[in-house]
Parts: sequence; C-alpha cells; structure tokens
Amino acid sequence: MAAVYLDGGFKDPARDAAHAFRAALQAMARPGRIETVAGVAPPAPCSVAAGALLVTLCDTTTPIYLAPSHDTEGLRGWITFHTGAPFTGPEHAMFGLGTWAALAAVTRFSPGTAEYPDRSATLIVELGELSTNGATLSGPGIRTIARLSLPEVAAFQQNRRRFPLGFDTYLTCGDRLAGLPRSTRVEG
Amino acid sequence: MSDYNFAYLDEQTKRMIRRAILKGVAVPGYQVPFASREMPMPYGWGTGGVQVTAACLTPEDTLKVIDQGADDTTNAVSIRKFFEKTADVAVTEKTAEATIIQTRHRIPEVTLTEDQILVYQVPMPEPLRFLEPSEVETRKMHALQDYGLMHVKLYEDIARHGEIATAYSYPVMVEDRYVMSPSPIPKFDNPKLESAALQLFGAGREQRIYAVPPFTKVVSLDFDDYPFDPSKAPHPCALCAAEDSYLDEVITDDQGTRMFVCSDTDFCADRRAAQEGEAA
Repeated sequence: MAAVYLDGGFKDPARDAAHAFRAALQAMARPGRIETVAGVAPPAPCSVAAGALLVTLCDTTTPIYLAPSHDTEGLRGWITFHTGAPFTGPEHAMFGLGTWAALAAVTRFSPGTAEYPDRSATLIVELGELSTNGATLSGPGIRTIARLSLPEVAAFQQNRRRFPLGFDTYLTCGDRLAGLPRSTRVEG
Repeated sequence: MSDYNFAYLDEQTKRMIRRAILKGVAVPGYQVPFASREMPMPYGWGTGGVQVTAACLTPEDTLKVIDQGADDTTNAVSIRKFFEKTADVAVTEKTAEATIIQTRHRIPEVTLTEDQILVYQVPMPEPLRFLEPSEVETRKMHALQDYGLMHVKLYEDIARHGEIATAYSYPVMVEDRYVMSPSPIPKFDNPKLESAALQLFGAGREQRIYAVPPFTKVVSLDFDDYPFDPSKAPHPCALCAAEDSYLDEVITDDQGTRMFVCSDTDFCADRRAAQEGEAA
C-alpha cells in the first residue's frame, strides 16, 4: 500500500472521534442545524466532513458504497487503511458516499425491514453548497420549522412516506455537515 | 490521566454504539439492538446508560448523574466517579450546568435546554414484554403497529381499579408510530418527555438503544373518557415547600412518622438556598 494513504486520520482517535460523533449526533437529532468537524484530511474529492463521518462511524463491519463521483483509488486506499471497511454495491451498503447525482437512484439503498428499520443505509451526500436556506423541514428534532439546502425534494418526500423504513442522510460541504433523518417531513 | 482509553470503551465498541444511537435518533421510539458489552458493574446498575454516555462524552462535557432524582446515592456516585476516572470529565450536581445527564428513573424538575443530553438507564425497554413474552412476537407487533393489547391492558386497569393503575414506566406513543417505554420514571414525569433536550435510552442487559429527539411528539396512552393524569402525592415538600415537584415519602422513625420531600435533590437544595438568601 502506498504510504500516501497513511496520513490524514485522527491524531487522537478517541477524543477526535468523540468530537466528530457529537457533531454528527447533534446534526441528526436537529435537522437544519449545521455542525463543523475537524481532524481528518481525506484525499480529494472527499470532504473533511465526509471523511470525519467515515472514520468515526465505519469499520470492518460496515460495507461502504463509493458512488462514481468518489470511487477513486486514493480514497479507496485511505478508507481501507483508516477504517478497514469493505466496499460493496449500493444494495448491500450500510454507508453510501458521493454527490447526489452520482448516488442516484437512491431507492437502490436498503431502507431496512419492517421489523428492523435500523438495518438501513446512511447516505453521505457531498454538496457544493450547504446553507440553512431552501427546503422547509419539520418533524422530530425541529421546534417549528427549519430550512436546509437540499439537492432535491421529491426523493426525501418519498423517503418519508415509507417511514419507519428509509435511508438517513448526511449532507456535507467542506468541514460542515447537516443531518436529515428519514423522520423529517420536507416541503419544497 | 488514567490508563483507560477515553471514556473506558474501546473505539470499535463506541463506533457500534454510535451507529445504533444515530439509527435510534432517526426512528424515534424504535428499539435498536446493539452488542451490549460487559461493564465493570452489574446489570441493573445502569450498564446501558453508561455505554450510551461513554459513546457520547467529549472531554469538554460536564456530567451529572442522578438515581431517582438524587445525586448522592450509591449508583449515581459510582457512575460519576467512573467517568471522572476513565474520561477525566468535569462533574456537577447542578442540573443547569450539566451538558450530559445520566438518569435512573427520573427527569430533572428544571426544564432542560437544547444544549443538554439526557441519558436514561433502562431495565426493560420493551413496553409489551409483560403482555407478550416472545421477542419475535413483540417485534412483529411493533412492525405492524399492533398495539391493541396495550390498550386492553389499560382498559382492564380501569375495569378492575376504576383508573389506569400504572404509576411508573407509563407507556407512550412516539411520533404517532411506536409505543415506547419511558423507562421506570413516574408518570408525573411523562409530560417532560417532550423536551428541547435530546433523550437517549440505553438498556444494557436487554441490549437495546432508543431515542427521543428534541421536540418529538410524545403522547401518554389513555382513553377519551379516562384521560392521562400525571398525579403526585398531595403534599408540599417538607423541606422546600414546593408544590409542583415529584415527592419521595420518607419514614423518619419506628412509629410510622413520615415526611414528603422532593425526589430531585438539586432542585430542592436550590430552592432552600434561595429561601435562606431571602430570609437573610
């Protein structure tokens, strides 16, 4: 393995991962809130936020799907060294990483089963811009309404309709991330 | 600094717990199975809560631990010391100063804020378990949203006792989808389940994690003609005179003399300090 993959992980894994997880937890528990993470330097095109999520949440037990936008040798090597996660197709992935266009069609990802809705995919969607403008969000974690710049509205509405099944989403841009659980109601 | 990994658990275990917590947050009220670890304390002492707290802690957190509302009981003191030793975090008894509060069987009287996480220790996460012993069956019932049995149980309470006799661990409906056990908190605390704080539930022996995100709709089950009643003992606190807090009944001698005092020790101490300040 080329030595280039070895850099860019957490310097202090326990504490850095604790900080990254808290940000990921707050983001998923409060859709519309944008959190900032740090501590990793993944190879392009992977953002810092997406890299931090992968290193914090993935290991040998979590198959990852890299969408064509992110399926590079450099990123594969980096993820393999830092997490040991195997790569797979979208149907069997616990995590999917890519741009929104590259991850389509998102209905390929596992929504879990009626008895185990937790056995569903988590998508990490890389965006060019992430802001609290755009689609209107309501539901668990949101006091009244929140806003978030979603890449699309219809797919998330369709995802909400099959609740408690569905995938959960992280939107990432640079070192910032936001969460969009399947429980959120989205309106254009 | 101790020789433990930060917050005791190894990183692989934390990742597994963290993934379960996130799925729990995404599906409010649904019990996510997780590979609960053996902890250096017996089952029933909060192993589930401890694992959830360990997965959520950051070095900057201030931790509060309560057992039935009290900061100074054995269970609370041991867990607080455990995290002081293994995570080197600040601890407090003041509800308002804490960023993570681990609790056994109470929700603090003071309204929690957006900056706080409440972690419950849960002995029996399955609200249907005493009605249906099979996990296969209860899982199917949750999948099909088949909660008739629970309503029959509440109805039988009314038929037998004239009221819904469940006083603690009172079942709730979360976001109109899952019936959930709020852990054995008194039903007095049920209205506080709709909170600005994130609430996480950990059951160690039963290997389940579930969550109620902030501002999630949580409704205590009832009937139109027998509405939910978050009752409490009809007394003021004997120490701070609070009329709106949950009370413990304390026997004070062999003659059966008793007094009612706040179960939330920090709430009670705060009120008494304020009253002394006014008197002085």
